[in-house]
Amino acid sequence: MIKVEQLTKKFGDNTVLKGISTTIKQGEVVAIIGPSGSGKSTFLRCLNLLEQPTTGDIWIQSKKITNPKINKLSMRENIGMVFQHFHLFPHMTVLDNVTYAPQKVKGIKKEEAEKNAMELLEQVGLTEKAKAYPNKLSGGQKQRVAIARALAMNPEIMLFDEPTSALDPEMVKEVLDVMKDLAKSGMTMVVVTHEMNFAKEVADQILFLDDGKLVEKGNPTQFFKEPKTERAKDFLDKIL
Amino acid sequence: MNLDFSQIVPYIPFMLKGIWVTLKFVFFSISVGFALGILIALCKITKVRFLKWLADAYTSIFRGTPLILQLMIIYYAVPQLFDYDISAFLSAILAFGLNSAAYVSEIIRAGILAVDRGQVEAAQALGVPYPKMMLHIILPQAFKNILPALMNEFITLTKESAIVSVIGYLDIMRRAQIVGSRIFHNFEPLLFAGVIYWVMVFLLTQIGKYMERRLRQSD
Ligand SMILES: Nc1ncnc2c1ncn2[C@@H]1O[C@H](COP(=O)(O)OP(=O)(O)OP(=O)(O)O)[C@@H](O)[C@H]1O
Ligand SMILES: [Mg+2]
Repeated sequence: MIKVEQLTKKFGDNTVLKGISTTIKQGEVVAIIGPSGSGKSTFLRCLNLLEQPTTGDIWIQSKKITNPKINKLSMRENIGMVFQHFHLFPHMTVLDNVTYAPQKVKGIKKEEAEKNAMELLEQVGLTEKAKAYPNKLSGGQKQRVAIARALAMNPEIMLFDEPTSALDPEMVKEVLDVMKDLAKSGMTMVVVTHEMNFAKEVADQILFLDDGKLVEKGNPTQFFKEPKTERAKDFLDKIL
Repeated sequence: MNLDFSQIVPYIPFMLKGIWVTLKFVFFSISVGFALGILIALCKITKVRFLKWLADAYTSIFRGTPLILQLMIIYYAVPQLFDYDISAFLSAILAFGLNSAAYVSEIIRAGILAVDRGQVEAAQALGVPYPKMMLHIILPQAFKNILPALMNEFITLTKESAIVSVIGYLDIMRRAQIVGSRIFHNFEPLLFAGVIYWVMVFLLTQIGKYMERRLRQSD
């Protein structure tokens, strides 16, 4: 479970998040949508403390991660993150990308980490690329490896920041399919996305951010059919 | 023109021995410079102000004064200050190592900063601790980019190592001078020394190119 209370974030004088409160239940898939610059990425990055919140509190599985004494590293082991631009380690093979953190962070033995990694690569359909370097992969393949890399830590929560935005259109589906499977398996997922169809189909809850505020939240059917706020209406009109 | 290379023939083994003597202290100097250079580079990119200041001051001093002066201070001034009779060999390693560290740290700093910020974030998101992240993820990528600059620095060090002759260290250069004064001809032994330096630098360059090719494999 994720609980966010009165979260604010400032970059210098620029207040990017203006008091956001919400709750995300175990196994829920949440899509965060909103205009560019509304603070979606910043919100997501606060959830694993890649950004330090300015004020407010966040609880992950009843642990208050905004407590200054929290061990950020061990907290992050439990939260996987997938980035728009993949950020695979370019000097490591696909297999090494996936086995690195389990070995070096969790101290899992090489054979076990590799066995686990091969299962994950199978899950994302890339077993035959295990020995390839990332530069030999297409964007969609890279992103699927990035998902496998995050899953290798066996996280309870997965964060996605526009995972398909950097992809050529024909590769979007393969990544979304992997994410759909993950959602079905009961993973708690928070996904910043511009893929409205994905949000409609897969999400249990939509968070609509605008100008640093959580303007509207609700279930997708209701949100896309009859948004309650003017701003959500405007936004949907523009993109649909 | 009266060139007579036959005269230096008896001295060739003596001069060739200088290769080993030169390589020995160059090797240690490069090692010291490299290890210390990484450390200073890490200080330069920390958020700890004091370390940053210290690292910048260090670089400024060692780049802002002549190497020959640093060498002579270490060789001649250390005994005066500490009552320790420092050897020419140790002085040479210290002077060249400390000096090289200043240059190497700048190269490495730039290399680290050139690594995509996303790499740090990906590592952090996986819970990788800072030392491991630096060692396994950031530095290997940084080195790949800066290898040519680093090799260049090491080649410069190898060439400039000839300066140690001023403290009487029996390197290639010093040996050439000694032979010159024995046979009353300077051109031949100096030319021979020049050839030795050129061959050494040529080999180093080849090694550098080979390593670059190896590292480019993941491109
Ligand atoms: N590290 C930073 N330093 C300063 N300002 C930042 C930083 N990161 C984000 N911002 C600012 O915060 C605001 C929100 O950025 P954020 O990336 O969260 O938006 P977003 O909703 O993800 O937008 P997009 O859809 O374009 O990705 C923007 O005005 C941005 O310029
Ligand atoms: Mg964003």
